[in-house]
Amino acid sequence: MIQIPKPITLPHFKLAAKTTNNLSQRLQSPPTMFRRFLCRASTTTMRSWRRPFSTDLSAETSADSKFVEAWRKAIPNVEPPKTPSAFMATRPSTPSSIPSKLTVNFVLPYSSQLSAKEVDMVIIPATTGQMGVLPGHVATIAELKPGVLSVHEGNDTTKYFVSGGFAFVHANSFADIIAIEAVPLDRIDPNLVQKGLTDFTQKLSTASTDVEKAEAQIGVDVHSALNAALTG
Amino acid sequence: MAMAALRREGRRFATPLISPNPAIALRSSIIPSQEQVSSGVRCISTQIVRNRMKSVKNIQKITKAMKMVAASKLRAIQTRAENSRGLWQPFTALLGDSASVDVKKNVIVTISADKGLCGGINSTSVKISRALHKLNSGPEKENKYVVLGEKAKAQLVRDSKKDIELIMTELQKNPLNYTQVSVMADDILKNVEFDALRIVFNKFQSVVSFLPTVSTVLSPEVVEREAAESGGKLGELDLYEVEGAETKSEVLQNLAEFQFSCVMFNAVLENATSEQGARMSAMDSSSRNAGDMLDRLTLTYNRTRQASITTELIEIISGASALEG
Repeated sequence: MIQIPKPITLPHFKLAAKTTNNLSQRLQSPPTMFRRFLCRASTTTMRSWRRPFSTDLSAETSADSKFVEAWRKAIPNVEPPKTPSAFMATRPSTPSSIPSKLTVNFVLPYSSQLSAKEVDMVIIPATTGQMGVLPGHVATIAELKPGVLSVHEGNDTTKYFVSGGFAFVHANSFADIIAIEAVPLDRIDPNLVQKGLTDFTQKLSTASTDVEKAEAQIGVDVHSALNAALTG
Repeated sequence: MAMAALRREGRRFATPLISPNPAIALRSSIIPSQEQVSSGVRCISTQIVRNRMKSVKNIQKITKAMKMVAASKLRAIQTRAENSRGLWQPFTALLGDSASVDVKKNVIVTISADKGLCGGINSTSVKISRALHKLNSGPEKENKYVVLGEKAKAQLVRDSKKDIELIMTELQKNPLNYTQVSVMADDILKNVEFDALRIVFNKFQSVVSFLPTVSTVLSPEVVEREAAESGGKLGELDLYEVEGAETKSEVLQNLAEFQFSCVMFNAVLENATSEQGARMSAMDSSSRNAGDMLDRLTLTYNRTRQASITTELIEIISGASALEG
């Protein structure tokens, strides 16, 4: 015999016998059904999303388990809070041979521009100059300055102008690029760039305090980088 | 006839009872009104019930409207929170999740809402913050709080006032954006000494489920120390080449600051989304409750009204039968 699971009955449903008002019942049921459906849907998606690789489970929870144990000992009544690694898919470990493609995550505060995209090469504007990253690149932490980021995939190249940020290249050919703002190059207006450049150069020459000088210098840097990006 | 006249006058002159808290006052006042029926002052009791019904109906309308407002705000902010989820993942991939790190100076950043009526999420955040404080207490260790939001401030000021370093409220006066959060993060980093920052917030999982979460950001010195110890994730940090014009420690400093502002941005957005979701479900259950209360009141009202009519009929009939014989 098939066991049909009993739906969760919420307390207010018990009053249904008393109220003869069908309208109120009809109004009550869709939101609760919706809520129940969401509960079930969320638990199933959460379950499947949180453990994509069951073999990696021990690695994922090892950092957490120390925290969870310490919590459970000190504070037995409260459920331990979650930690970020519980919400993230684990990264694969370093393969023995160099993979053919580089997996790139390019994130901004407002969106993930590229998420686990396989590309051939990225050129990132590090503070030490343009840096090309190929699969098998040595693990690096690079600070970015305002400049052009280009992503090469086969024959296409996508170019973005990025503000500052960071880029991490991991040993397993994963590259994470985090920037504050990124715009495709064709969205930049050259006139505004020129105007901004002249404005900030003027501000730099008339700046008196350190803060003003620093701000003006940043403006000059960004605008000259924009200029170079548009012309170069 | 005298009775009928009294009834009419009663309806005109009965003072409407102001019921600020019909939920609690209701049960206690239903019984007195029924007693009033038996003592003969029937008309005023239906007035009482009618006034209660009116106020409960108004409450139901208000909570329903608040639920709609919260639902629309939730839609808007949920997309932004989900888009910002990619922001903290590279940092956790690089530096690992060091919730169990043992440091001397812990700073617990508690994120909460400014407005109330959003269920239990603020209390949960405060409970977790207090538990973290307890977990990380010990000799030579100090725990400080940085409080974001009015509701956590109200709760933490009561018993941990000396431990609170910084309080920030009215975060959502303007729509949340990265610039505002990075200014806030800069403020915190400048004014608070820390070895580890633990950010406590409610992560939005679904409209009915919010998970309290702790994100840890370590100061650059602690990162270097943990990397040197070669334990777990941070042990691999030395294998990373550092590309930057400055020295490695300066780059690590910039990295820590950037990590803090990114994690804060995501945390603040997730907490705001959780707030709207919690408010939506709280207002939904509240309007449902008000509907139930209204049904019960309607029944009471009808019973009271019918009882008064029956009593009047009985009096008339018994008066008539007394006259007859």
